[in-house]
Amino acid sequence: MRAFRSLARAMLKGFFRDKMAFFFAVIFPLMFLVLFGGIFTDQGASRSDVIQIGAVSVLDDAPRAVRAALDESLDVTRSSDEQDALEQVRKGDADAVIRQDGDRLVVRYSQADQVQAATVRGTFEAIVQSANLAETGQVPRFSLTTDQVEDDSLKSIQYYTPGLMGWAIASGATFGAATNLVVWRRNGLLRRLRLAPIPTRSVVLARVAVSIAIAIVQAAIFVGVGVALFGLRLTGSWPMIVPLLVCGTLAFMAIGLLAGAVARSEEAAVGIANFVVLPMAFLSGSFFPLDGAPGYVTAISKVLPLKHLNDGMLDTMVRGEGPSSAVVPMLILLGFAVVVTAVASRLFRWDD
Amino acid sequence: MGVEIRVEGLVMTYGDVRAVDDVSFTVAPGEFFGLLGPNGAGKTTTLEMIEGLRRPQSGTVRIGEHEPWRREPELQRRMGVQLQSSSFFERLTAREQLDTFGALYGVAPGRTAEMLEQVGLVDKADVRTEDLSGGQKQRLSIACALIHDPEVVFLDEPTAALDPQARRNLWDVLRSINDSGRTVVLTTHHMDEAEVLCDRVAIMDAGRILELDTPAALVRGLDAPVRISLAPGTLPVSDARALAGDDPVTDDDSGTTITTRDPSRVLTALARRDALDGLSVKGASLEDVFLELTGREYRA
Ligand SMILES: Nc1ncnc2c1ncn2[C@@H]1O[C@H](COP(=O)(O)OP(=O)(O)OP(=O)(O)O)[C@@H](O)[C@H]1O
Ligand SMILES: [Mg+2]
Repeated sequence: MRAFRSLARAMLKGFFRDKMAFFFAVIFPLMFLVLFGGIFTDQGASRSDVIQIGAVSVLDDAPRAVRAALDESLDVTRSSDEQDALEQVRKGDADAVIRQDGDRLVVRYSQADQVQAATVRGTFEAIVQSANLAETGQVPRFSLTTDQVEDDSLKSIQYYTPGLMGWAIASGATFGAATNLVVWRRNGLLRRLRLAPIPTRSVVLARVAVSIAIAIVQAAIFVGVGVALFGLRLTGSWPMIVPLLVCGTLAFMAIGLLAGAVARSEEAAVGIANFVVLPMAFLSGSFFPLDGAPGYVTAISKVLPLKHLNDGMLDTMVRGEGPSSAVVPMLILLGFAVVVTAVASRLFRWDD
Repeated sequence: MGVEIRVEGLVMTYGDVRAVDDVSFTVAPGEFFGLLGPNGAGKTTTLEMIEGLRRPQSGTVRIGEHEPWRREPELQRRMGVQLQSSSFFERLTAREQLDTFGALYGVAPGRTAEMLEQVGLVDKADVRTEDLSGGQKQRLSIACALIHDPEVVFLDEPTAALDPQARRNLWDVLRSINDSGRTVVLTTHHMDEAEVLCDRVAIMDAGRILELDTPAALVRGLDAPVRISLAPGTLPVSDARALAGDDPVTDDDSGTTITTRDPSRVLTALARRDALDGLSVKGASLEDVFLELTGREYRA
């Protein structure tokens, strides 16, 4: 037990003191999260900037409840300078200018941003419709309720956090195991440890524990940054990411051990690991959804462990599925780990 | 304390190369044993089979009652090994390396300070091993081998990168270990070192043991002439030749040298003439034995 602990401590120190390894395992994937988070934040969920000129009765006289609902989608500022307001719309600083001419509501928008244009038109058509209806004094007969199938705030960050996190964990575990094995074999530490009165098991378990610890640190940083900076909202069974990432780490460590067993140099090990992990990340939807991908891509993705880790993470973290949705991905990951470890251990060498 | 090592008929081949070819010897409990030989002679391979890193293709090794290749923890706890190339955990300091190796052997943490002291690395305790000099690394590697106070110690070229001070200090360390009854086996290319430290040495070449005896017996067995040198001008060359009789005489800027198998006669004659300025007498050394046995050409 003491041997296990001191080995794990030595490996952890080695990892955290290796600035490059830390950068590639944590900072680099996080940069993608920040980048993607920045690019895709709040698409479609943002409010329209509307400049109101003079009095507009449908807005000004709206009951408080209606007004509050409108504020969800409209950000109204008042101005008296219509020319300046139109110039702002032209430049894209505002989305529309509204003005009331008698009973006519005039909405002027720019076609440059079609999504915003449609939103503004739709919103004001609805406002005018309901104002007309209210004027007739009739009680509305039909009503519309909309509900998104995802959590009610499925922003892009909800998708990217699990995907990028899966990629980060996959590369951390693969590279960690591969380089550790090659470096220790080359510098003779594996042989030296072989002469120490400890079972080989302690060495392997220490490495597994360290990889899992690193994966947990990665996940904590990812979820923390997602929640704090980008409005990531976790759904009920999110704690399932811990067992999921344990199984994922085992599967990717197995890939790393295989790369390390085959490679003769550290550079070769890193090359092989890259060669496996990067395409796998693309094909597993870590960087973008595979919804529109051709059938053969989806077929390939099914045999990739990262795809299953990503699916499990998406289901439990943001899709609001129950904890049981993680079971199948976990079993697949474990099965993968067993098979690949068996292959790697056949190719394993204590020395060069 | 005191473990016997018995090696019988060891063989290890790599493809066509017979790296170790039927090697047998016994190291007595508490003995200081040296393995000498040119590069590629098979010293490391032999040691690795004794340590249990390689299973002999044929032949047997026993350390006490144990067969080392079985890697029994009881044996491994009593065995200290320094491999030819230093191997450490990446990015740990000297102190952390010793702490880690200590923990692997179940040693109390206090040993680290003791070992740092013993190999003169107290000042470097908090330096990462990547930043140590070659000799400092080697000293740390020896400290890691000795951290659990083993009963039998294997050192593969422990003094290869050491400066003269560190080399003498290590000799003291190894002698004190050996004096307390522990068995020490080392390989070295320094013949003076083997002569000073080892009770017995085996001289290997091409996978075979050529000679095995105490350094003194090996030198005696060589039956080499003694070189008696005098400062220039102490004795006219003609007198020297007369005095030497059939023995060869050389005379150059560094002095006059008589090479003889009868040093007492030559020395008495010189003393009688009071011609002893800058006298030096060099008998054969283990190095001469080594060169005589293994030849003077380069080895692959
Ligand atoms: N792993 C290996 N694969 C193939 N050949 C090897 C291997 N290890 C050693 N040899 C060969 O076996 C022979 C003995 O090597 P060994 O390392 O035992 O020599 P040594 O006496 O320790 O030499 P040195 O003084 O240079 O350390 C050499 O010819 C070497 O090339
Ligand atoms: Mg050697």
